Amino acid sequence: MPAQAAQFQSVIGTLNPSAVICFLIFVAATLGITYWAAQKTKTASQFYAAGGGITGFQNGLALAGDYMSAASFLGIAGLVSTKGYDGLIYSVGWLVGWPIVMFLISEPLRNLGKYTFSDVVAFRLQPKPIKTAAAIGSLVTVLFYLTAQMVGAGTLIKLMFNLPYELALYIVGGLMIAYVLFGGMLATTWVQIIKAVLLLGGATILVLITLGKVDFSYPKLFQMVSEKYGGAFLEPGGLISNPLDAFSLGLALMFGTAGLPHILMRFYTVPDAREARKSVFYATGFIGYFYILTVTIGFGAALLVGKDFIMGIDKGGNMAALALAEFTGGTLFLGFLGAVAFATILAVVAGLTLAGASALSHDLYVGVFRSGKANEKEEMKVAKIATLGLGILAVILGILFKGQNVAFMVGLAFAVASSANFPALLMSIVWKRFTTSGAVASIYTGMILAVTLIVMSPTVYIDVMQAKEKKAMDAATEAVTKLEKVIAAPGLAPADLAAKQLELTKAKADADTAKAAVKPAPFKMKNPGVFSIGLAFLMGILVSLMTREKEAEELFEAEKVRTYIGIGAEGASKH
Amino acid sequence: MSGKSIQQILDDPEFKALASQKNTVSLVLTIAELVLYFGFIALIAYNKPFLAQKFAAGSAITIGIPIAVGVIVLSWVLTGIYIFWANNTYDDMVKRVKKRFGG
Repeated sequence: MPAQAAQFQSVIGTLNPSAVICFLIFVAATLGITYWAAQKTKTASQFYAAGGGITGFQNGLALAGDYMSAASFLGIAGLVSTKGYDGLIYSVGWLVGWPIVMFLISEPLRNLGKYTFSDVVAFRLQPKPIKTAAAIGSLVTVLFYLTAQMVGAGTLIKLMFNLPYELALYIVGGLMIAYVLFGGMLATTWVQIIKAVLLLGGATILVLITLGKVDFSYPKLFQMVSEKYGGAFLEPGGLISNPLDAFSLGLALMFGTAGLPHILMRFYTVPDAREARKSVFYATGFIGYFYILTVTIGFGAALLVGKDFIMGIDKGGNMAALALAEFTGGTLFLGFLGAVAFATILAVVAGLTLAGASALSHDLYVGVFRSGKANEKEEMKVAKIATLGLGILAVILGILFKGQNVAFMVGLAFAVASSANFPALLMSIVWKRFTTSGAVASIYTGMILAVTLIVMSPTVYIDVMQAKEKKAMDAATEAVTKLEKVIAAPGLAPADLAAKQLELTKAKADADTAKAAVKPAPFKMKNPGVFSIGLAFLMGILVSLMTREKEAEELFEAEKVRTYIGIGAEGASKH
Repeated sequence: MSGKSIQQILDDPEFKALASQKNTVSLVLTIAELVLYFGFIALIAYNKPFLAQKFAAGSAITIGIPIAVGVIVLSWVLTGIYIFWANNTYDDMVKRVKKRFGG
């Protein structure tokens, strides 16, 4: 029987010297890399795509580093440790988009584009309207994701080290601007590679020492979890009750991955389609392995540290992995993993900033405003101004949304990516009759529907916009349940019983009033994917069929040669 | 590359074969992944008791746990199948077509 966490005193929430040292080493190393990368970042191709000189294996690690956010490291482990099996559903959902990226997107994307996915959509259509729409789609996705990451970063760092929220944002913002501004894609790539290696290594060690506590036996681990929390903890529970909602969430997670601009632009860092495809294979392996680890970390934390203890540090369970690290490996290991979590945030926000800056400079400024005729120097200058501007905006957004529930923003980013970016990208690759008007209609339909429906859904309309009323309702309902329990308990004196019953009637009335104060959400589902993705495809198809673009259809044939065998692809001419 | 040679490539039987084979492989694997994942979601939505069964008599592990891990592993295996096909078959076809047209 392993020691229980009853007397376990956590140092989470204090400035832990080993964490500071680990973090400073990481910062020094990454700034050193940035200095080195800055010497090699002179042209636009080097800034946006590291000159196409990253190997498939390196890009696989970098993709994993770009994708595995602190939310997935700390959040999923937390979900599993507090909700049991239901947390696993997310582990699976975050991975399944990757095969889709490989089979449908990665190779044509590499062969048809230059720096951004809107290059691909605009390849044979009219560049100006397409690039405007696609850049807005990218920016909306990036800004929602970035805001969620920044608020998460400030909150987590405050939880982990008790640093002031704003200071944490300045550190994160300052470092990410430095990486991207001076080192471009090359520095960003190496920050992501280092982070991926640290995260995968750290999580592996955590799993090994956790398993060591249960004699390296999974049957024993689960046996003990089931004894502690009951067998239901290992069964699917109430997380997914509405099948259509579940299907909708699945669609958004799957196709959202294939529409994230910061992920898609990584495919231009490799020399050709062959390396692009290889990088997805490696990335899927690393990410899948990591999500499998989070399962053990989550259940291990529930068993060894305890659900109540974890929720005592943070109600959402976000500190489960770190608490487990401290419990099993001591303060030193906690410090290491805390620094890894910090590095995780940095790598993701750097990737997002670079993607947002590319949408502004390459798509909007050069592609639309200058009709594709800007010279290299001018494009670089705009890209750097955009990076600086976006970095500062991210810090401001983080401060504006301080203390607010921003979990829905990750959902929004995936909803927009899957509804605005993915359908237009896929149709432009596979469908000859796709037209400019069809693409524009598809992008705006997907974007507007995704955002509107999420704002009208219970997640935002009730949980965020009516947070106060919701809290009052929850408290009132809880009071009723408590009283009902007291009344149902045996041994209550008749006089007390009558008094309690009177109290219950009043509590029930209060609960009804509180419930009436919460306005119901106009859109009942939590995830709009099935409608927003479906209608984005439908609008793209209908509008394309109503219009006709002879030139685009002819170009589709030329595009085919490039799609399938890469003749004429950017940067692929080095062989 | 001039318009004429692009037309020649497009008319080339081997190019046509590689394009259609690539489409088939991508489509079949995409459908396999969709069935795999949405099958899992459908089980959670419609057949929770199935996933709640014990993995073996006397074990606390439910069938749902290896199934969830299995979906992750199989997704990766599918990308492996694609890579295997692309590296061994597709790339050779591409190389041959490119060589004949001097790409």
